[in-house]
Amino acid sequence: MPDLVLENLVHVYREGAVRAVDGVDLHFASGERVAIIGQNGSGKTTLVRHLNGLLRPTGGRVLIDGVDAAKSRVAQLARSVGLVFQDPDRQIFAGSVRAEVEYGPRNLGNRGEDLRSAVDAALAAVGLESEAKTNPYDLGASRRKLLALASVLAMRTPVLILDEPTTGQDERGVQQVRSVIEDAHRQGRTVIAISHDMRFVAEGFERVVVMRGGRVILDGPPEGVFRRDAWDQLASTFLEPPLPAVIGDRLGLGSTPTDEMLIRSLASRG
Amino acid sequence: MLTLEAVSYRYAGATRASLRDVSMTLGDGEVLGVVGRSEAGKSTLCLVASGLAPRTLGGTLSGRLLIDGADTAARAMHEMASDVAIGFQNPGTQLSGVATTAYEEVAFGPMNLGIARDEVLRRTEASIDALAMRVLSDRDPDLLSGGQQQLVAIAGLLALAPRHLILDEPTAQLDPAGTRLVSDAIRRLAAGGASILIVEQKVDLLAGVCDRVLALDKGRLTLEGPAESILADPALHGLGVAEPSPVRLRRLASEAGIPAQAIELALGRPERVSDA
Repeated sequence: MPDLVLENLVHVYREGAVRAVDGVDLHFASGERVAIIGQNGSGKTTLVRHLNGLLRPTGGRVLIDGVDAAKSRVAQLARSVGLVFQDPDRQIFAGSVRAEVEYGPRNLGNRGEDLRSAVDAALAAVGLESEAKTNPYDLGASRRKLLALASVLAMRTPVLILDEPTTGQDERGVQQVRSVIEDAHRQGRTVIAISHDMRFVAEGFERVVVMRGGRVILDGPPEGVFRRDAWDQLASTFLEPPLPAVIGDRLGLGSTPTDEMLIRSLASRG
Repeated sequence: MLTLEAVSYRYAGATRASLRDVSMTLGDGEVLGVVGRSEAGKSTLCLVASGLAPRTLGGTLSGRLLIDGADTAARAMHEMASDVAIGFQNPGTQLSGVATTAYEEVAFGPMNLGIARDEVLRRTEASIDALAMRVLSDRDPDLLSGGQQQLVAIAGLLALAPRHLILDEPTAQLDPAGTRLVSDAIRRLAAGGASILIVEQKVDLLAGVCDRVLALDKGRLTLEGPAESILADPALHGLGVAEPSPVRLRRLASEAGIPAQAIELALGRPERVSDA
């Protein structure tokens, strides 16, 4: 299981234009669950696209298990790091749900029973097992998004990166995404997710990285980044703490970023 | 005012109808929220209410779509477009692809309606200010992030100053502050007399912005009423819709045997509460 290290990472999309990522140092340990949050355009997507070689740094380095990603081929990186795009339509192209999910593992050399079981497991994980023969474009937008997730899951990469996985999902879809992340975590895989859904972030991740203007401004557990003293910094990147954090603070209960934490401290106060 | 009378709609090539016998009225100055699980017919309702289905999409429609009480069956899409604006789920679908800056993109819609240049500029400026996106004005829309593109798409809709506005998950990719700006803009537009229909999975946003909410299930309208009562209705859970955060907290507290007043006071002051 690889460690991911970003060293003074810089990315500029065009000469002289915006520095989308502006000097980021981060270390993601193997098996960590990390959420990346920050205002629109703060560099979240640009940052994670360096982790599987989709983007190459303008400056700095990305090390995957100690190896410079710039010296690895994208095909090699694809075995370690799976990335699910924000917009599934940038990813989906096959004529059936099954063919779509098969594409990734097949490209990694997976065949026969092994391939079949990888695809079956991935489809079941997102609740699409009964849609194997369906044309992806006959699925609604939210299930296309789950399909894109399944096609990356099937590659069984040790690192899983999800760019805004819960947008457009109904309650059940969000639950499905959460259980995919929990399963991956139990298997020891690293999960990195970008999200604007503060409840999803506070409840599902041990570590939260907050970005503003291409830099990391906060990095810690949900209790840390959503505590009162950090609210001004959150506001500076257009974020607000989840409701239970606000209520807990008003009631003098300390930092309670999840419903469960709030209810527990209310109950113990009696 | 926009009215659907007993509308059923089936997409071209589909075996089943996506909307079944839906009747609803969207009044002047009203914000109507639409909830329901994935594929309950919410996006289809948007396409029908905007006139795109069946005019552009084909398929089979029965029932009537009326604007200000007049049947629209005989009206062509370009005539509909001057009365009803629609914002799609995916901003990539919305953006014109021809504008080289976000500013031009916002101005593109009103320019196309043949509105005088001074008025186009005034509206463009006002929309950009409403969504606090001045810093994006000179940027290439293709190089913006997903959320920034969504903001540009919404500014473009505001610049149309539509009398009826249909929004399909307008804030899906927005950060909490962007979401708040959009909900403020929706309220202002409604205060000016516009009718707005908004599909959202973010129930906390709907709670803050809607007058009325209706729920769809398998293409049928199953619940309808004032936003605060529908969004607190336990039946929503069975329809695959999440509870708004305050509703959920009240339920969890009561299940844990915590007296309601313990959190009620703290819930009562909604400043700085996340919309996400």
